[in-house]
Amino acid sequence: MSLTIAVPREIYAGEKRVAAVPEVVEKLLKLGFAVDVESGAGAAANFSDESYQAAGARIAGDAAELMDGADIVFKVRAPTPEEISLLKPGTTLVSFIWPAQNPELMQALANRRLTVLAIDSLPRQLSRAQKMDALTSMASISGYRAVIEAANAFGRFFNGQITAAGKIPPAKVFVAGAGVAGLAAIGTAANLGAIVRANDTRAEVADQVVSLGGEFVKVDYEEEGSGGGGYAKVMSEGFQQAQREMYAKQAREADIIITTALIPGKPAPKLITVEMVQSMKPGSVIVDMAGEQGGNCELTVPGEAVVRHGVTIIGYTDLVSRLAKQASTLYSTNLLRVTEELCKTKDGVINVNMDDDAIRGLTVIKEGSITWPPPPPKLPAAPPQAKPTAAAATPAKKSGHGHGAGEPASAKSLALMFGVGALLFWLVGAYAPASFLSHFTVFVLACFVGYMVVWNVTPALHTPLMSVTNAISSIIAIGALVQVAPPLGAGADGRPGTLILGLAVAALTLTAINMFGGFAVTRRMLAMFRK
Amino acid sequence: MSANLASVAYIAATILFILSLGGLSNPESSRRGNFYGIVGMTIAVLATVFGPRVTLAGIPYIVGALLVGGSLGLYAAKKVQMTQMPELVALMHSLVGLAACLVGFASYVDTSIVLVGAEKTIHEVEIYIGILIGAVTFSGSVIAFGKLSGKIGGKPLLLPARHWLNLAGLLGVIWFGGQFLNAHDINAGMLPLAAMTVIALLFGIHMVMAIGGADMPVVVSMLNSYSGWAAAATGFMLSNDLLIVVGALVGSSGAILSYIMCRAMNRNFISVIAGGFGTGGGTTPAAAGAQPAGEVTAISAAETAELLRDAKSVIIVPGYGMAVAQAQHTVYEITKHLREKGVNVRFGIHPVAGRMPGHMNVLLAEAKVPYDIVFEMDELNDDFPSTDVSMVIGANDIVNPAAEDDPTSPIAGMPVLQVWKSKTSIVMKRSMASGYAGVDNPLFYKENNRMLFGDAKKMLDEVLVALKS
Repeated sequence: MSLTIAVPREIYAGEKRVAAVPEVVEKLLKLGFAVDVESGAGAAANFSDESYQAAGARIAGDAAELMDGADIVFKVRAPTPEEISLLKPGTTLVSFIWPAQNPELMQALANRRLTVLAIDSLPRQLSRAQKMDALTSMASISGYRAVIEAANAFGRFFNGQITAAGKIPPAKVFVAGAGVAGLAAIGTAANLGAIVRANDTRAEVADQVVSLGGEFVKVDYEEEGSGGGGYAKVMSEGFQQAQREMYAKQAREADIIITTALIPGKPAPKLITVEMVQSMKPGSVIVDMAGEQGGNCELTVPGEAVVRHGVTIIGYTDLVSRLAKQASTLYSTNLLRVTEELCKTKDGVINVNMDDDAIRGLTVIKEGSITWPPPPPKLPAAPPQAKPTAAAATPAKKSGHGHGAGEPASAKSLALMFGVGALLFWLVGAYAPASFLSHFTVFVLACFVGYMVVWNVTPALHTPLMSVTNAISSIIAIGALVQVAPPLGAGADGRPGTLILGLAVAALTLTAINMFGGFAVTRRMLAMFRK
Repeated sequence: MSANLASVAYIAATILFILSLGGLSNPESSRRGNFYGIVGMTIAVLATVFGPRVTLAGIPYIVGALLVGGSLGLYAAKKVQMTQMPELVALMHSLVGLAACLVGFASYVDTSIVLVGAEKTIHEVEIYIGILIGAVTFSGSVIAFGKLSGKIGGKPLLLPARHWLNLAGLLGVIWFGGQFLNAHDINAGMLPLAAMTVIALLFGIHMVMAIGGADMPVVVSMLNSYSGWAAAATGFMLSNDLLIVVGALVGSSGAILSYIMCRAMNRNFISVIAGGFGTGGGTTPAAAGAQPAGEVTAISAAETAELLRDAKSVIIVPGYGMAVAQAQHTVYEITKHLREKGVNVRFGIHPVAGRMPGHMNVLLAEAKVPYDIVFEMDELNDDFPSTDVSMVIGANDIVNPAAEDDPTSPIAGMPVLQVWKSKTSIVMKRSMASGYAGVDNPLFYKENNRMLFGDAKKMLDEVLVALKS
């Protein structure tokens, strides 16, 4: 029997997303599930109840009615205590949970004997998990939206222009933190025509920044930290000092600063100080994407846009909800991928397989017992380092043995070939009569001509080559022709003429099949090759 | 026509044949190349018929034989399906082999040629070798035809002590050769000659029976080579330079093709001929090697269509399965549709895909796929990382990553198309069965691989319908 997936309306203030969009509902139905949607669940993201009905979902009047028939619940925000009280024991909940930050919530969910899959606990290092990675999809939306908010508050063009009314310089955007959100912001701002600079403590993201059209600003800390003393501590102090200086410099130059620096489970680092804000040009904009964790700027007011020292500081915590339709579509697609992993049989029944690394990581509560944090996922056991070198060595050795087009043979096999060749030629020269030698000359030269000509044949035409050589080899007909009725000389007595005639005519018939058939079929094939 | 005129005509024919092969260096000039071949053959036949070696009495026989054989050949050429090309080519090789045998026997019993001393010995050696090669070509090609057309199972037949059998055959051939050269008259020589022919026929059968299906491209091109050497041997026998030249051209062409095929499989020519891929010694290391870990993800035709629709660049890798399912026309329809949508669709052809060299190219050409989007393995193997979807249709071993990653694999070192480097790969297959090499394919278990199970033609039709909707 198939299970029912329930999609409630999100009740968190300002949350406009919905955990399943009609398009995904359709696909869930194809996986064999029934889908119930609370009335008005998609309204804030512009999905009407009718569109859900059209996709095949049932509409439930309120949350209590919805939860009554629910086996699986898709949510965006972690449930409130009231919502938890509506969930039947044994229900499977898929949602953002943040188990590390919310121990009470975890306990409440466990007490309710639920199975909980926290989409934020997905082991992101598995390549298979990428399609389920809601953190990434949400972060890239908020990065995009951050630039749009900045553009809205910023009083100028992003791209430089030369107009009849004068020259407009491009906006300078500085992005602090090049994670998924930061990279999305870099790409969006660069596409709008701004000059984008970015920094991240992880130097390895520099290439990604450049690939999106940004410029990577390094923290110039080696010069600063080149004094003596305790390495680790001095480095960290020196690094922070250099980082502050770099940020101060960028603040003076940039028109727009977008900060995305977050440390999991800790308040956001204060990167932009009051002095830096004061040093910025009037009309500049700061978008602080870390608002929910306290903000990267000292003056950020979480959830609001404020103007301080002539600089607009945007601390919205609902950037994703401001793009509710897009965010809902991506989030629900992520959930669909999770469901596909849970329901490989496509029969509407889920199997929370704790042996599967991705599912194991997602599952934070299994039938009422807390299974978070998961053990470190098993990495592919085989060490890949040694193998490619071994594999690479094999073809290299093999190809060295060949004497194909353009690749010289090894000296040893060349010498061997010449040796054997010389011996054969000596034998022929020493014992064969002169008449044979002239034919032999022709034979050897023809082999070489064939060798040269055939190496030039394009591999695409190897089949026509075979059929045309096949047709040509029917030249053996000449051999039959001269035997049919030769002018007979003196030694002709006792020649079994009829037998020879029979053999020759048979051979001629056979070769004629080849001759005509071979050329005809080659012609037919070659006519098909066209641009 | 005088003897000199005939010789000059032969030279012209020789040049035309060389031009004919040279024309195949690209598809544009190839049609003219084939025409040169036809002209060369016509000149050679006419020069012989009207030359000094044929009297008027023979003309009716010659015309009759040409008419019968020619119409049979033209009929076959017209009727053959492009997927059956390997069978047709194998069958035609057998005809050349048989004709070489017949000409050899006729030449031996012909008492009008009187030679003495070393010339007589050489002439007899030529006859002996000509018949030997002809007989091996004939029986080997017949078996190859049977295997290719499915009349004989594709599995290699491995007799116990098969190498000893072959060695015994070779010794027998040499011994009978000695008897043959020492024979005083034709009747005495006939027995060893016939015995050798039987051994050669059996050897040809045995040799091809022991070769597995995936090695067929090597066998077909090898038999191609043999038919050339048979013609060359006949040329020596009859002291005819034209036959020698053409035989050498064909022989070296086939030899080069065999070499290319072997290199494409990273196999030694001798070991292919010795036979037995995927049995006996072949499976033991496969079982000992790492079993692929992970799960197979199956998808439907509709999902395949979705992946293709969202892709910017697609590489299609066809294999023998496409030929079996006759799916090339649907493949072209899909290609056309995607190209109209602006998707960059290309084809990647492995040298040994199919049952004869260039088999896939011909099938795609038949389906009107333009040849400038069909690429050789080396030409596009580096492009897979920037490809969104690569679709493997009925191929297995030629896309097996174990050839690169797993030194213990039986196909280790064989160059393969690196489809797993593209963002998503889709493998169309009837089941999870392994390929001809009998090696499990880790590609199927990769995270970014999807399996589309079912008959290639049926599945592709569904994909096409889904694409158009």
